[in-house]
Amino acid sequence: MKGSKWLYALASFALAIGLWQLVIIVGDYPEALFPGPLAVLEKWCALVADGSLFVHIGVSLYRFIIGYGSAVIVAIIAGVLLGRLPRVWALIDPVVQVIRPVSPIAWSPFIVLWFGIGDMPAIVIIFIAAFFPVLLATVAAVNRIDPLYLKVASNFELSQKDLIWKIILPAAFPAIGSGLHMAIGSAWIFLVAGEMVGAQSGLGYLIVDARNALDLDTVLAAIVTIGVIGLALDHLLRIFEHAIKKVWTGKTI
Amino acid sequence: MTYPVIHVDALHKQFPTATKPVLSNISLSIEHGEIVAFLGKSGCGKTTLLNMIGGFEAPTAGRILLDNEIVTKPSKKSIMLLQNYGLLPWRTVYSNVLFSLENSPLSKEQRHERVINGLTLVGLEDRANAMPNELSGGMQQRVAIARALAIEPEIILMDEPFAALDTFTRYFLQDEIVRINTQKRMTILLVTHDIDEAIYLADRIVILAPNPGRIYKEITIQLPRQRDRASQDFQHYRELIFKEFQLSHEPPAIEYNI
Repeated sequence: MKGSKWLYALASFALAIGLWQLVIIVGDYPEALFPGPLAVLEKWCALVADGSLFVHIGVSLYRFIIGYGSAVIVAIIAGVLLGRLPRVWALIDPVVQVIRPVSPIAWSPFIVLWFGIGDMPAIVIIFIAAFFPVLLATVAAVNRIDPLYLKVASNFELSQKDLIWKIILPAAFPAIGSGLHMAIGSAWIFLVAGEMVGAQSGLGYLIVDARNALDLDTVLAAIVTIGVIGLALDHLLRIFEHAIKKVWTGKTI
Repeated sequence: MTYPVIHVDALHKQFPTATKPVLSNISLSIEHGEIVAFLGKSGCGKTTLLNMIGGFEAPTAGRILLDNEIVTKPSKKSIMLLQNYGLLPWRTVYSNVLFSLENSPLSKEQRHERVINGLTLVGLEDRANAMPNELSGGMQQRVAIARALAIEPEIILMDEPFAALDTFTRYFLQDEIVRINTQKRMTILLVTHDIDEAIYLADRIVILAPNPGRIYKEITIQLPRQRDRASQDFQHYRELIFKEFQLSHEPPAIEYNI
C-alpha cells in the first residue's frame, strides 16, 4: 500500500506536467505569457546553479521558522492557560473571533510602521497566520479533556506542573496537532504575501521581482519551489508529532 | 490500631439543584483489611458516597475520617478504580503503572521493582510494553489494579469496577481482588449492583435505599474465603438480600412518607 501510494503520487505529477505541456502545444500561447514545463525547469536549474534560489529559500525558511515557531510556542502556552480558565477565555474569545478572520496582510501598514522593513514584516505576518489556528485548537483540546484523566491525576496527587506536562499536554496533543497542521499550511501561504511587504529577499520577493521584470519562467519556478517546500514542511511536522508521541509512551525511559 | 481505618460520621449530601438530599445521615465504620460492598439500586447515592470517601466530592454536612484525619481532597491513601479504567492511552502498560510512583521518594530501582511486582500480581508482566488499547477490557482493569497496588494505598475504592466485563473475566478478577486482600490486608470498598459479586467479595454488605440515600441494612457475610458461588450458604445469603430488595418494593412505610 505504501509503495502504491508513491506510485500514485508519481503518476499524479506526471499527469499534471503532461497536461501542462499539452495545453502549451495545443494552445500555442506566447512563451512569455505562459511558459512550458521545460522552460521552467531550465530556469529552475539556472537558479539552482547560480545559488540564488538557495539564498531565497534559506531566507524564507529562516523567517518561517522564527514566525511559526514563536507563534506555536506562544499559542500553546496561552491555549493551555486559557483552556484551564474558562471564564477568562469567555471574556477573550469574542475579540479573538473578530480578529481571527482578518487576513494578516490587512495589518501590513501597521506592521511596516511598527516593525520597519526587512525580515520583521514577513515574520509578524507568519506569526499572525499561525497563531490563531494553534490557539483555538489548543483551547478546544484542553476544554475537551476527559474528566476521567483529571480524576486520576487528583487521586495520585499530581502537582500543577505535572498535571500540565503529564496529563493535559499529552491528552490534548492529538487535537493540538491538527491545529499545528492547519497553521503550517496557512502560515506558509502567507509567507509569500509577507515577503511582498518590504522584503528584499526570499521566495515571495523572488516572485515580485520576477513579475516586475516580466520574467514568468522565474515566477513559475518559484511557485513550484514554494509548493514542494510546503509539502515537505507538513511531512516534517508529521515526523515531529510521531517523535513527541513516542516520548510520551514512556518506551524510551 | 485503636480507631477504624474509615469512619463516616452523620454524613449528609445534597446537590444545590436537587430538592431532596442524595445521602442522609450516613454513619459507619470500616476496619482495617475489611472488604465492604455497598449494594443498592441506581440513584441510591452509593457512587456519591464512594466519591466522598475518596475525597472527590465534599459532604454537605458530617465528616469522613481516614486514619483519624478528615478527608478534604483525594489522596494516594485511597485509590479509586473506575468502571472505565482511567488508564492513560498515550502511555505503555509499564509507564501507566509507573505513573503512580513518579513523584514518590523511591529510587529508580525500587520503582521498577514495584511496577514489575504489581504487573506480576495481576499476571501482565509480559505485556509491559503494550499500549492500553491493545489490551482487552479485563486486562486494562488489571493494569489499573496494578497501578493502584504499586503505590500501596491503604484503601482501594471500586466503583462498579467489573460492570463492563464479561462474566468469566469478572469472576477471574473477583478472585484476584480476594487474593490481593488476603495477601496485603488492604481495605477494599466496593460499589456494585451485582448481588452475587457483593456476597462473593464482601465481609460486610451495606444495603442502601434511595430517596434520600440511607443505610437500609448491614449484612455480615460469615462464609470462609474461597467462597463457592453454588453452595447452599451462598444461596442463603442471596435469598436474604433478595428479600431485602423485595421489601423495598412494597409501599413505603409511614416514616418515609412524611
